Amino acid sequence: MAVLRPFDKLPELNSATILLVGAEGGPQQQLAEAMLREKKDFNINIHLASSLPLPSERDHLRPRIDLIAFVIDIKSKYSLKNVQASLAYVDVRFFLGKVCFLVTGVGRANNCSVEMNAIWKLGEDYCSPVIFCELELEGIRVATAQRLLRMLQICAGRVPGVSALYFSLLMRNSAGD
Amino acid sequence: MDEVIVEYIRRTVLKIPRDEIMAVLQKWGFLSEAQLQTINFRQTKEGISHSVAQLCEESSADLKQAALLDIIYNHIYPNKRVWSVYHMNKTGEETDFFDFRDFKKKFRRQIQSALINVTINFREYEDNAIWIRIAWGTPYTKPNQYKTSYVVYHSQTPYVFISASVLRSNLPLLCQAMVVASNYHDIHEMELRSHCLNSLKDIVFKRYSQNFQTNYPLQERNVLTENVDLRINDENRSEKERIYRLNQESFGNGPQPKLDFAQYKLETMFKSDPKWDVLEKKEPFRCLVKFSSPHLLESLKSLAPAGLADAPLSPLLTCIPQKARNYFKIREKKSLHPGSFMQITFKDHCRV
Repeated sequence: MAVLRPFDKLPELNSATILLVGAEGGPQQQLAEAMLREKKDFNINIHLASSLPLPSERDHLRPRIDLIAFVIDIKSKYSLKNVQASLAYVDVRFFLGKVCFLVTGVGRANNCSVEMNAIWKLGEDYCSPVIFCELELEGIRVATAQRLLRMLQICAGRVPGVSALYFSLLMRNSAGD
Repeated sequence: MDEVIVEYIRRTVLKIPRDEIMAVLQKWGFLSEAQLQTINFRQTKEGISHSVAQLCEESSADLKQAALLDIIYNHIYPNKRVWSVYHMNKTGEETDFFDFRDFKKKFRRQIQSALINVTINFREYEDNAIWIRIAWGTPYTKPNQYKTSYVVYHSQTPYVFISASVLRSNLPLLCQAMVVASNYHDIHEMELRSHCLNSLKDIVFKRYSQNFQTNYPLQERNVLTENVDLRINDENRSEKERIYRLNQESFGNGPQPKLDFAQYKLETMFKSDPKWDVLEKKEPFRCLVKFSSPHLLESLKSLAPAGLADAPLSPLLTCIPQKARNYFKIREKKSLHPGSFMQITFKDHCRV
């Protein structure tokens, strides 16, 4: 199926999967490696894609996806357009806390191609948290990896008492109204 | 005359980066080792240049020595000038033995027959390259040593690299002199220009690694599957490999020659929805597209892997080294189908 559905497949034992969509190349790969280096008590799978829909020939091999992080590079208008086009291929139930937007490149404000309003609007329209980071800096990359890992844990249901929906509401309300 | 020459030498020395002044002066060879030892290289460049000027004045440097220093400076730092490439033609027979003395005599005579107020200096280098420095004057004034043109000629090839700088009006005379001195018949300018002289040489002498279209895929290890962790899954791996392969076919494996820009002059018709009828007169829409970059070909090569353009890239971009030109004129294709001309698709407005 072209559309990604959250509960189509059975979960695997003791593992969680995150899908990073957008912003090809180095930053994605480095973020994935940073996430793998963190200490955790479950198995993690990271899938990298440049856009959705995912190629269908590997559908049966793909595990259930617990969290989708759309990566937008502020320096490239194309990455925003790409993410907006990919959002159409995500089932609506993902947006109950299993999607987040990762905006990178904020360290270089003078190279900004994408307007902040567009990003805030995106976060509001899709009811998902927006995380700003600068993936080219080692420290921030590690911090972002830790945050994503924590979110992944919650979305995979591994934190008792906290559901993905609850957590996303928490993040949105604290982002400042 | 003396102070002018000494000042010229001083200004030439000022252009050299401080750490390399000693090496350049040694190559020049005019000042003795003992004299060079007396220069204090720890002072500012201004100070160093004054010391050198002082020594040159004491040793009575003449114009020939000053010109030689300038040639050496430009030979070490050719990328400060813009070089154009010229191609010479001769009808028929094989090249005769190249006589350097004969060449110099003919060249000098040809130029001085039209303009007596010039300074011409020659220097031959190991790779058969002849460097010619010409300082131009006018019929009424002495040659201005700061207004120079440079010519680099490899005697075994029909190519000439000229850096004309400001005085373009002397260019025809220069070309004429080249043709006569080297026993060719005519000379024309190729549409190829850049700051990097070595890259221009690489392009016209075909010294860069070219792409060869093979029917059999190369057996080297696929760079992309060197990927470490099995926990990271690239969903678009096959697409990335396809792009990588197409890029290798278009650009080849090795480093690309360094060009600064590519310019496309479009004289094509504006294509729009016929019912809008945007342009009343059906005239070609004149438009100039210029791509600039510190290293144009490498940036073009990295466009598709970075996801900024579709692979394969338009042949208009990939043919630059093969066709040895970076100025193009694109006219309407005279074909049966009225809507056909080459399209370049870019996904984002970006500086290449």
